[in-house]
Formats: sequence, structure tokens, C-alpha cells
Amino acid sequence: MAVVSDKVNVSNMQAVRRRTFPAFDQGFRWASYGSALIVLSVLAGIIGTMVYGGWPAFREFGFGFITSSAWNVGKDEYGAWVAVSGTVTSALIALVIGVPISIGIAIFLTQLCPPWLRRPVSTVIELLAAVPSIIYGMWGLFVFAPLFAKYVQVPLTSIVEGMPILGTILYARVPSGVGMMTAGIILAIMIIPFIASITRDILDQIPTVLRESAYGIGCTTWEVVRYVLLPQAGVSIIGAVMLGLGRALGETMAVTFVIGNANRLSLSLFDPSSTIASRIANEFNEASGMQMNALLALGCILFVVTFIVLALARLLISRVKTH
Amino acid sequence: MDTAVYNHAGAATPPSWGRVRRSRYFADRALKIISTLFTVLGAFVLGWILLMLLVEGIGGLSPAVFTETTPGPGTEGGGIANAIVGSLILTLLGILVATPIGVLAGTYLAEYGKTSKLAAVIRFVNDILLAAPSILIGLFVYMLMVEPMGGYSGWAGGIALAIIAVPVIVRSTEDMLRLVPGSLREAGAALGAPMSTVIVKISWKAARAGMVTGVILATARIAGETAPLLFTALNNNFWFSPNLMGGVSNLPVTIYQFALAPYQNWRELAWAGALIITLSILALSIVARLLLKKDQVR
Amino acid sequence: MSTIAVNASSAIGSAAAADTGVPVRIAVRNLEFYYGDFRSLKSISLDFYDRQVTALIGPSGCGKSTLLRTFNRIYSLYPEQRAEGQILLDGQNVLSPSIDVNELRARVGMVFQKPTPFPMSIYDNIAFGIRLYEKPPKSELDGRVEEALRKAALWDEVKDKLRQSGMGLSGGQQQRLCIARTIAQHPEVILLDEPTSALDPISTGKIEELIEQLRSEFTIVIVTHNMQQAARISQFTAFMYLGELVEFGPTTKMFMNPSKKQTQDYITGRFG
Repeated sequence: MAVVSDKVNVSNMQAVRRRTFPAFDQGFRWASYGSALIVLSVLAGIIGTMVYGGWPAFREFGFGFITSSAWNVGKDEYGAWVAVSGTVTSALIALVIGVPISIGIAIFLTQLCPPWLRRPVSTVIELLAAVPSIIYGMWGLFVFAPLFAKYVQVPLTSIVEGMPILGTILYARVPSGVGMMTAGIILAIMIIPFIASITRDILDQIPTVLRESAYGIGCTTWEVVRYVLLPQAGVSIIGAVMLGLGRALGETMAVTFVIGNANRLSLSLFDPSSTIASRIANEFNEASGMQMNALLALGCILFVVTFIVLALARLLISRVKTH
Repeated sequence: MDTAVYNHAGAATPPSWGRVRRSRYFADRALKIISTLFTVLGAFVLGWILLMLLVEGIGGLSPAVFTETTPGPGTEGGGIANAIVGSLILTLLGILVATPIGVLAGTYLAEYGKTSKLAAVIRFVNDILLAAPSILIGLFVYMLMVEPMGGYSGWAGGIALAIIAVPVIVRSTEDMLRLVPGSLREAGAALGAPMSTVIVKISWKAARAGMVTGVILATARIAGETAPLLFTALNNNFWFSPNLMGGVSNLPVTIYQFALAPYQNWRELAWAGALIITLSILALSIVARLLLKKDQVR
Repeated sequence: MSTIAVNASSAIGSAAAADTGVPVRIAVRNLEFYYGDFRSLKSISLDFYDRQVTALIGPSGCGKSTLLRTFNRIYSLYPEQRAEGQILLDGQNVLSPSIDVNELRARVGMVFQKPTPFPMSIYDNIAFGIRLYEKPPKSELDGRVEEALRKAALWDEVKDKLRQSGMGLSGGQQQRLCIARTIAQHPEVILLDEPTSALDPISTGKIEELIEQLRSEFTIVIVTHNMQQAARISQFTAFMYLGELVEFGPTTKMFMNPSKKQTQDYITGRFG
């Protein structure tokens, strides 16, 4: 019978000569953990603040706060509808204009661009995101709006005048250039770098074999993009679009410059309006009492909407990455 | 002719090079032209904005811009020295607060949390914060600091900017640390280094360039932010108090207020300020990219 | 001394002990290893002798690297991995929760398949491990770095560029740097996980020579895919298959006259 040898050599054991720093190691772990929790608590803090600050307005006006278009500081009557619809409309205009351009840029960068040009062009597009929002506001108000009024609003108004539907939507009572449409266009430019760069990364992730096999059966670039790349990228491009939407909904300074800041419900896209963010920016510093609560309630609505949109964006983008 | 040869070979119809429908080529050509045009349009807008800033801003640039404080209503001349210094202080304050928190939180996600539930939640929340409306962060800090402290302050402004910078730094730190090969961590641990030492001396060191890039990009991001400062640092037409209590003058809000003002000299100063701030931010963004590129080459 | 239930495989593990008379440095007893629910080591019992080279051989996925990674508990970096049983290093069970893993890892050094120079200078790569546990004065530290580099047969190649990055060295030099980094800590045991599989034949030769020299000071365990290498440099060889220890014995016996057919088949290249 074999016996396991348990004669182990103990003679060579060295006296404890090592020192360790368990305190620092634990401290570092806790510091990392704590910092990660700070990120959580900031989001919780924002939610808490908006709900807490907006609560009196929600309680006072009930569900009518969302559907009412009143905003009368004198009478202390507040409703969110104009700002909410302005926020949604301007963001939708931004998507309608911005998404095709963004996808076009992503296609150019991944399929058409010569390799040496790729990096500089990508950088230029990404730099569009680095320009501060207030600069877009100034460009929109002082450069774009006058040109827009002169070359688009005035001729278009005279063409559509009297027509059904178009005569309402595209009629500029005062062709100043500021208004919903201008805000949407500026927003479109501002979200292009985000949507374009994510779409570019998504298209880059599609395996080259897939592309080459499509070219291999005689597809043109258009057909490869239309029937292979875009379907393959599918939902994640929608995710990129959602991210752009989230940005457009909450953008403040540029919109404040060009939207006209009127609390007026109008069917014309050329009329001034306001968004939640622009209204908060304009009024919060002078607000008190119920007006302040109403503004915080607006912030609460904005937060909930952007949260849902951004959460959806993240879900859609990450799902495809794991494939 | 060739056709004769094919007929000779008995082919019913000669192989043809003209079978592709023209409409396919048309769609293809259209896609290429439109994509290129859209890209040119994007670049054109950036160029247009820069040109506008140069044309309008250079005229307003003078030594006084950098030495004198912002003028009162109806006063001649003046500069934006207090706004420039205030912006530097607020941005620095924001980044000094955000960097340790962001780097440590990113480290938690990449090194400790990894695939855990908590890490997944924090990653999700961080991505939301990354794109959350900055004006809401202004409101949050107003309620958190300005109201309890009884007034606007540079501290509140710095914290608001920090909250915007943190998610940027968290994200870039985690992404960069994930690029560090696991074998390097194992080798560190195999020498008996505790986890914190492996992270600080090895992972951070290996990911250094990318992490610095993240901090620079976060700086560029917050340097131009206006909305979160409106309700926190506000603005000030004079030199602010050294303890940063009360309104602290800063470039973005000064530009906002002056650009829409009825005074000619205010508007000129707004343009000069817009030129300064945009060029600084674009320079920071480009430096950050070059830094990362240089590291990738190595 | 604990009495251990003796089963078939533990008998294999110590078959050679009686006739060598060499003291045992590491005694593995009934070791089980799990990746999540997957049991990848099945009741391993095996002795490793003081200042001898023991080679672990076997086809891919047989558990030889897993076994190696239990000796310094490097597996514990990954929460889903766990080991049960005993690994007695000088009589102390290293799997016991009371063991300070960092101290354990300083005593049981490890070199990996791919060279892993840290992103710092050659000098700092070596000094890093020393500084973790000691604060020697500069002159002594210099001496320790030189000593380690000399023992790793790297000194002559790098003595003029100690301040340059360790990442700038060739693959073979990087691997010797990693060995130097390990021996600078004065460990008792050195674990080598396929240390030459990423290297060219000349670098491989240098590392093998080095292992031969290091044997006089350290107990060495090496995982290798290369059977000639096992035959050249080891005194003992363990053959593993599907998470079990099939046969263990003096290398000469294992290669000349294995007692198990599976071992014979593997060594002669009939499978794996």
C-alpha cells in the first residue's frame, strides 16, 4: 500500500519579511466603489429634485398641467403643453433633417472615403460636436436666420399663401427667420456628429466578409448598403437615432437663441415658439413661488422623456453589439 | 466581329456586358453623390461657423479684451478679463472635482465591478448622464447648493460642471482600462501585488494616454457649457470675490447676455469671447485626439 | 501532520518519493477545481520536490495550466473559479482562507505564456516586485536588480539601457525580463506556464538553459506542450488527461518506460 509522503520541508521557511498594506488596498476599493455610487446618486438626485420641486405644480394643476397651454405669470396659471409640443416638434424636425444626412456621412466615411481622407473627415465631423451650443445659437440667430428668412421664408410664404394645409404650416406671418423650423434645423446640425459617428462605428463592426460576398455577386455600393449593411446594422442605427433625439430634446442655449420664445400655440412651423429647456433658461432666474414649481415640473417632464429615449437608445445600441 | 465567333460556337445569345439595368447604376451613383454632398455639407457648416467667428471676432479683439472687466450698460469700451479668468477657474474647479471621481468610478467598472449587476446599472446610469440635458443639471445644483447656501456661487457652478464632466471621464476610463490585457494584471498579481497596486501602477500606467485624453475631452466639453451655469455661477460684471461666493463672471453666460444686448460694444465683446472660447475648445479637442493617435502608433 | 485519505491517484502522485529521498516542497492533496459548475480538476494528489524541475504535460484542456494556477491562487482573480482540497507549501495549506494571497504570490512566482513586461522601464520592471514588500536603499536595490538580471542571463544585453521601456525588448528578452522580475523577489517556487510557446527556437534555447541554472535555487514547475522540452529540462514529469493525473514519475522513466498505456500513446504522439 502506497503511503502519501507528508514529509514536507519546513526548514527553508523564511521569517516573515514581507509587509503588505491591506488598509490602502481596502481604502482604494472603497473609494472606487464610493465614486461609482456617486454616479448613481447624481441621477437619483436629479430625479428627486425635479419631482420634489415640481410637486406643488402637479398637485395644483393636476393632469391639466400637461394639457393646458396657459402660461400666465400674472394670474399664476401654468400649463406645459406649448413647451412640450415645441420640444417634441423641434426635435422631430431635427431628426427628419439630421438622420438622412448623418447616415449619408456614415456611408461616405465607411464605404466611399479614401483611407487617407478618413481620419481628417471623421475629425471634422466630430468637431461639430465640440462647438459650444451657444455658438450654434449665435450662428443661427445672426447668420442663418436672416438668410433663411430672405431666401426661404419670404418666397415660400408667397407661394403657399392660400393653399390648404401648406398655407398654414409653411406660412410666416413675420418672416424674421426665428421660429420652430430654424430651431429644428440648428438642432439637426448639432445632432449630426453624434448619429453619424455612432452609425459609422456600427457599419465598421459589420464583418468585411459579408460586404465582400455581396460585392462578389455583383452588387453595386448602393445595393450593398441598402440590402446588406443597413439591415444588418438595423436596430442599432435606430439606437443611434434615439441618442440624437435625446440630445435634441434637452438642448438649451442654441434653441433659446433661435426659437423666438413665445408661449403661443401655432400650426405654422415658421412661427416662434418655445421648448421646455428654453423656457427654463429664460424664466428660472426671475421665477419664484408657483412659477418656479411649474418650471421644475417642466424639468421633470423633460427628464422623464429624455430618460426613456436615452434608455431605449442604449438598449438598442448595446443589443446589437453583443451579437 | 466577336459575335460571329460566338455564333460559330453555337451560343444562342452571345454573352453580353450590357445586362445590368441602368436604374441600378443610377441608384448607386445617386447614393455616392448624396453621401459625399452630405459630408461636404457637414464640413462646410463647421467652416462657416469658424469663418463667422473669425470675421466678427477678430475685429473685437484688442488688449483691453484681456485686461479690462466687463462694461456696465451704456459704458464705453471694457473687456472680458473677469469672464475669462472666471471661466478658467470654474472649468478647473469642475475638472478637479470630476477627475478623481470619474477615474475611480471608471476603475470600479473595469477592474472591480466588471460583469456584476451593480456595474451594469452604473454603466447604464452613466450613459444616461452622458447625454442628459445639461440645463437639468443646472436646476439640480440650484436646488442642491444655491438655495440652501442662500445665493449663487462659483462653487455651485464648478459642481454643476463637474457633474457634466464625470460621465465623460467614467466612460473613457473604463473603455481604456478594458484595453489593458488581462495577462498584465495577472502578472502583477503573480508578483504578490495587491489589487490596488496592480491597478495604480500597471493598469493606469498602461492606459495613461487614453485616460488623459478622456480628461481633456471632458474639459473641452464643460468649458463651453452655458446652461448649467445660468442658475449656479450666474454671472457678474465685476471681479468676483476671491472666495467665489456670489455670482462669478464667466465667458459662456457673458456671451449669452452680451450677444443679445442693445449695446454695440457688448456685442463686439460677445463675438471676441465666442472666438476665444471656440478656438480654445477646438484646440483642446484636437490635442486630445493627437495624444491618443500618438499612443496608438507606439 | 494531517492524515489524508489515500486514493489511487495520490498513490501515483508520490510514487517516486521513496527512492529519491528529496524533500517535498509542494504537496497537492485531493485537489478539485471548478470553473462555475464545470469540474476541471478531479481529485489531484501530487508531490513536487525541492529544487527539482517538474514538468506538467498533457493535451490542451487537460487541466495542467489550471493546476499550475492554483499554486499561487492566481485563479482567485476570477470570482467564478474555485479550488477545493489542499495544497501544502512547506506544510501550510495555501488554499486556506487565512493565507495572505499577496504574500503567497511573492513566495510562489509565476511566468506566463506571453511575455508581460509592465509599461515601465526595464529597471522599474524588476524593482516593482522588490518594492512591493521591501524598501531597500537605492544602492541595495541597484544590486538586487543587477543580480536578478544576471541570474536571468539578461544583464549583458540590457545593462546600458536600464531606463528604457521594457516593451522595447525582443520577445525572448521580454520573457527573460519577466523571469528576472520573478526571481528578484527571492521566491521559493517558480511556476512557468508554457514560457517558450511564443518564442523562436534560439530564445527558447536560452530560456531552457536558464531554467537548468535556476534549478539549483528554486523549485520549478513548468507547463509545456513540447515533450522534448519536458524531457530535456525536467527531473519529474506528470501526465494529465481530462482533468485527472494519469501518471507521475521521474522524467527518464516516464519517457523510457511509462507504466500507463495512455502515457505511452501521448508521448509517442498517437494522440493529443
